[in-house]
Amino acid sequence: MKTILFIEDESTIHKTFSDTLEKEEYEIISALDGEIGLRLAKEKSPNLILLDLVLPKMDGFEVLKALKADETTKDIPVIVLTNLEQMEDIQKAIDLGARTYLVKSNYDLKEVVDMIKKATTEV
Amino acid sequence: MTLREFFVKLNVVEECKRYGTSLWQCPQLLFLVMGALIIISVIFSFLMGRRYIDDPQITVLLILALAGVLLSIAFIITRSFEQLAEANRLKSEFISIVSHQLRSPLTNLKWGLDFLISEGSARSQQETGYFQVLKENIDRMHELVNDLLTVSRVEQGTFPFQEKEFEFEEILKQVVMEFQSVAQASNIEIKVDGERIPKLYSDPSLVRHVLANLVDNAVRYAWKDGEAVPKEERRRNQIMIRYRNEGQNVRLEVEDNGVGIPLQDQGYIFQKFFRSSNAVRRQTEGSGLGLFIVKSLLEKTGGQIGFRSAENKGSTFWFTLPYQPSRGR
Repeated sequence: MKTILFIEDESTIHKTFSDTLEKEEYEIISALDGEIGLRLAKEKSPNLILLDLVLPKMDGFEVLKALKADETTKDIPVIVLTNLEQMEDIQKAIDLGARTYLVKSNYDLKEVVDMIKKATTEV
Repeated sequence: MTLREFFVKLNVVEECKRYGTSLWQCPQLLFLVMGALIIISVIFSFLMGRRYIDDPQITVLLILALAGVLLSIAFIITRSFEQLAEANRLKSEFISIVSHQLRSPLTNLKWGLDFLISEGSARSQQETGYFQVLKENIDRMHELVNDLLTVSRVEQGTFPFQEKEFEFEEILKQVVMEFQSVAQASNIEIKVDGERIPKLYSDPSLVRHVLANLVDNAVRYAWKDGEAVPKEERRRNQIMIRYRNEGQNVRLEVEDNGVGIPLQDQGYIFQKFFRSSNAVRRQTEGSGLGLFIVKSLLEKTGGQIGFRSAENKGSTFWFTLPYQPSRGR
């Protein structure tokens, strides 16, 4: 079973994704802020990380930077899933090592799930 | 305010851009214009005074009084415009923040509904119908929020233009393809005709947005004959897209034989939130922001837009876009 760490402060989205992806045989680990997310990434070594950028305690950019700086987590692919859509945010996240940048409101649930599946099979 | 800050403030164009108002409403420009007017009036009064008043002391007193009055008036006018401009800027910022904040709950709603729809359990026709209504309305709200965000970005001058070289006809082809199925469902034929266009250096997503908006309007406001009209007498809906080179621009026209725009509405069609009376009468959905956005975006890249229309006969919207951007943003 593949593990996905979802770092996102909106619990509603956690629930939607857990309910959807657990049917597809994924294990979802939820983190509601950046600090917990970073700790869980190191402890659990998930197959994929879904990362929001606007987060309490430590924002998504800082988390991404820390993930890529750490030997144990630097190879885990990260999909940024956020509502920020300014070009400089996208560029910054990609420069910091995000694999994909998705603006939440532009996608249906199915499209996001398909991208997650694709990213985990490529690993 | 230090001298340095004063000169920074005098950078009229930059300051006016910050307020997002037109140049003549900009407090900084008004301040300069009023200043120039006061200097001219004072010099003129001095010359007149020297000629007609014998006592230099009275001349000086008169000029001082005049300068004082003019300064007070200038101060009041500039101050009022500054407050207006600031209110305008705050409004744009407010729209931007609110639309952004609305997006998260909207995404939650959308994905939650997607989940329920995909769950696949058997549902009655009534339930499926309601799910569809929910989905359509979430999409509409979404569209409105996106439009509001675009409006506030255009007004604040923060719209992220991303320019690169691209084939105009390629984008047009994609847009036409996107609308083909909707058009067919409404019995509308889309025809395209044009000459070879050189590569454009502009923002392809902007061009796509403009094209999609015009074609969408042509589809939305197509003529619909009532059931009472016999089939063979019903109007055959057509959308004709023509494009050609015109100087250093590409010019494109979208012509339809739809409902047209009533004469009394034609002057307002590019205004924010304006909806033509026949659009409202026909209960066609829309926020009245589409054409406003299209016009603002085009003008920022040196393009132009216009139309001709006759009620019940159809409309032709045209726009031009330079091969290379000449932006005044």
